Amino acid sequence: MDTAALFLSRIQFAFTISFHIIFPAFSIGLAAWLTVLEALHLRTGRSAYRVLFDFWLKIFGVAFGMGVVSGIVMAFQIGMNWSVLSKLSGPIQGPLLSYETFTAFMLEATFFGVLIFGRSRVAPWFYLFSTAMVALGTTFSAFWIMVNNSWMQAPVGYVVEKGLFVPNDWTAINFSPVVWVRFPHMLLAAYLTGAFCVAATGAWYLLRGRFIDEAKIMLRMGLCLAAVLIPIQLFIGHLAGDYVHDHQPTKFAAIEGRWHDEQPASEVLIAIPDEASESNKYAVSIPVLGSLIGSMSFNSKEVGLTSFPRQDRPPVLIPFFTFRIMVGCGLVMLALAFIGSYLSLTRRIGRYRLFLWATFLSFPLPFIATWTGWFTAEVGRQPWAVYGLLRTADAMTPFLTAQAAAISLVIFAIVYTFIFSFGIFYIYRLMRTGLVRPTVTPAFAAVPNRPLSLAGEDAPVLAEAGE
Amino acid sequence: MVTYWVSLLAISILLYVLLDGFDLGIGILFGLTRDEARRHAMWGAVAPIWDGNETWLVVTAVILWGAFPAVYAILMSAFYLPLVIMLSALILRGVAFEFRYKAERMRWIWDFSFFGGSLVATFVQGMTVGALVEGLPITNDQYSGGDFGWFSPFAVLCGVGLCFGYTLLGACWLVRKCDGDVKAAAYRQIPYLSIGLLVFLVVVFAFALAENLQIMHRWVERPYLFIFPAIAALAAIVLAVSVERHRDGVPFYMVALIFLSAFGTLAISFWPYMIPYVITVEEAAAPHSSLAFMFWGEGLFVYPLMLIYTVISYRVFKGKVRATPMH
Repeated sequence: MDTAALFLSRIQFAFTISFHIIFPAFSIGLAAWLTVLEALHLRTGRSAYRVLFDFWLKIFGVAFGMGVVSGIVMAFQIGMNWSVLSKLSGPIQGPLLSYETFTAFMLEATFFGVLIFGRSRVAPWFYLFSTAMVALGTTFSAFWIMVNNSWMQAPVGYVVEKGLFVPNDWTAINFSPVVWVRFPHMLLAAYLTGAFCVAATGAWYLLRGRFIDEAKIMLRMGLCLAAVLIPIQLFIGHLAGDYVHDHQPTKFAAIEGRWHDEQPASEVLIAIPDEASESNKYAVSIPVLGSLIGSMSFNSKEVGLTSFPRQDRPPVLIPFFTFRIMVGCGLVMLALAFIGSYLSLTRRIGRYRLFLWATFLSFPLPFIATWTGWFTAEVGRQPWAVYGLLRTADAMTPFLTAQAAAISLVIFAIVYTFIFSFGIFYIYRLMRTGLVRPTVTPAFAAVPNRPLSLAGEDAPVLAEAGE
Repeated sequence: MVTYWVSLLAISILLYVLLDGFDLGIGILFGLTRDEARRHAMWGAVAPIWDGNETWLVVTAVILWGAFPAVYAILMSAFYLPLVIMLSALILRGVAFEFRYKAERMRWIWDFSFFGGSLVATFVQGMTVGALVEGLPITNDQYSGGDFGWFSPFAVLCGVGLCFGYTLLGACWLVRKCDGDVKAAAYRQIPYLSIGLLVFLVVVFAFALAENLQIMHRWVERPYLFIFPAIAALAAIVLAVSVERHRDGVPFYMVALIFLSAFGTLAISFWPYMIPYVITVEEAAAPHSSLAFMFWGEGLFVYPLMLIYTVISYRVFKGKVRATPMH
């Protein structure tokens, strides 16, 4: 096995999956937001909701497309770079990811077509239903991905036969308590991502004095939703910490920056962990709080990294800092959401430019929180690919050369940077163009069976043969 | 259960080849014209359906992983570099659909990535099939050919052959979906492409005989295999007649039939092996508990629904594309 190839493969997986997660995180939240808008429009008949729907549908389309193309790579990459993993855990991970593809195809692709081409072809209730089905499809996708990843974090429901991990209890795999903590955690992260992107867009329009009514709706709905969801998210995040504490003591110790067993344990707020000396530099810590967080007790013993052999420990620096960045982003978003909701409920939302600027500039926060959360989970799982069962180094394709891994990494980096730049540019342009308030009903809306390309200004128009 | 999943896998591969085959082919044809009106019409003939077509590739990959993990592991890792290139090509081509009509000055980039992506993806697909037919270097259930072990003149030949094949399929789709200039041009291209494909098949056959490829022994053992070339020959005759008489609907189905018989030939020549002479279908299959879990949900319900959905989406977009004047 080639250690350079292993390093490059890990970088490549981290790069491609980090790139990919942006789009699902964004589109799961947006799909739910679109459903809410469509429902509100049907109920109230207010045109602002419809204008917002049409605007966000275009952005959803670009994000969804980028998510699909970057997701295709995922279906291949596990076999390409991690063929041992894909063979040994294939009997479990293969079916889970195939369910992901199948449900995604059935719900997302099918009903997404209706969203784009079908407004004038189907009844309003069916259009709402289709929007909800797209949202449900993205949710299911997330569910299967979380089942799959949770199995790698805390394997259950399997026996080992001829070296393969053979499933013997699918209920245990799908309904593992770990799944049912981490799936809501990811789902809420996606909803918060959507909420903050919507609110930031609203703030941006208010700052520029455009689309005032709709901008206020965006700010209010985004921030009020976040104000409700973030406290729930913090609680579920705490539960997610509990599973790590119980199932992955090495990851927990790395996140906590705890090198030695302690009783009662203190909580390191901030420090610079030093792996060479197995200690923290410049540590600021609070006594006893570590036991309280880990075991809900004032006197529990908490395990430190030095209790584990070196080859079983994860890197400390990355999970330690990414975890704190994630929590930090969460707290900043919480503050913004609370202030914004208060301002909004007292009808002063547009008055403070500083607050609008803060909200506008906050749009990267949910993405950073999602990334750093995943970095904590994945780097903290090291040195294991399947926790306690299969080491990452043993999971790699044994004959993969550093040369091949370097070529693929460079190619993916170039291609992804290229399409990402254009994707962002086109999303930016859609946002700059802004909302389109229809003055008259466009002619094509009255004619059925004339699908128009989603955001295409002059895309080809198709006509039925019999028309 | 194994039979069920191998059938679903075969159907998925076949659907992928036929459906994405024609839209990749149109991508290649797209690069062969400079005429914006014709390009516009070609675009319209594939834009609403390409992503559905490409989904069958992902479906193939995940069925392979879930139901036949050993084969998935061997193939993905053996074709490492070709897959990287194919995936990049498909990505560039896929985003071109999203971006072309949003671009102003940069449109040429997306035109090029649509054409280049289609061409490269097609070539790589043909090459991997060629390498499989020739036989991959595998020892102890593990690929042992190095970074370029899949490369051979025969594989390259198959890559070129598939480019002709897909382009022919694409031209026949244009004949079916378009009118005017595009249709006339496609009718002019079909004979050349057919001859190209024919030459390729003859060369491949001669090559296989000369190299005494192991797979050719199957033809002696299983003489009923000759039914496939017979079907293909018949389809080729009908194709020629229908092109001559301008029966717009017919050529596509005839070329599809030729692809079907090529696919049948390969599948039956391989059987019972999944990777020839290395691993059989039974050996590659995942444990029963995995196959059963997949069967009771996606196998029994979702897969048939996907097939129905594919039929519906093609019915929705049936009929000719009318190129609208440019804005």
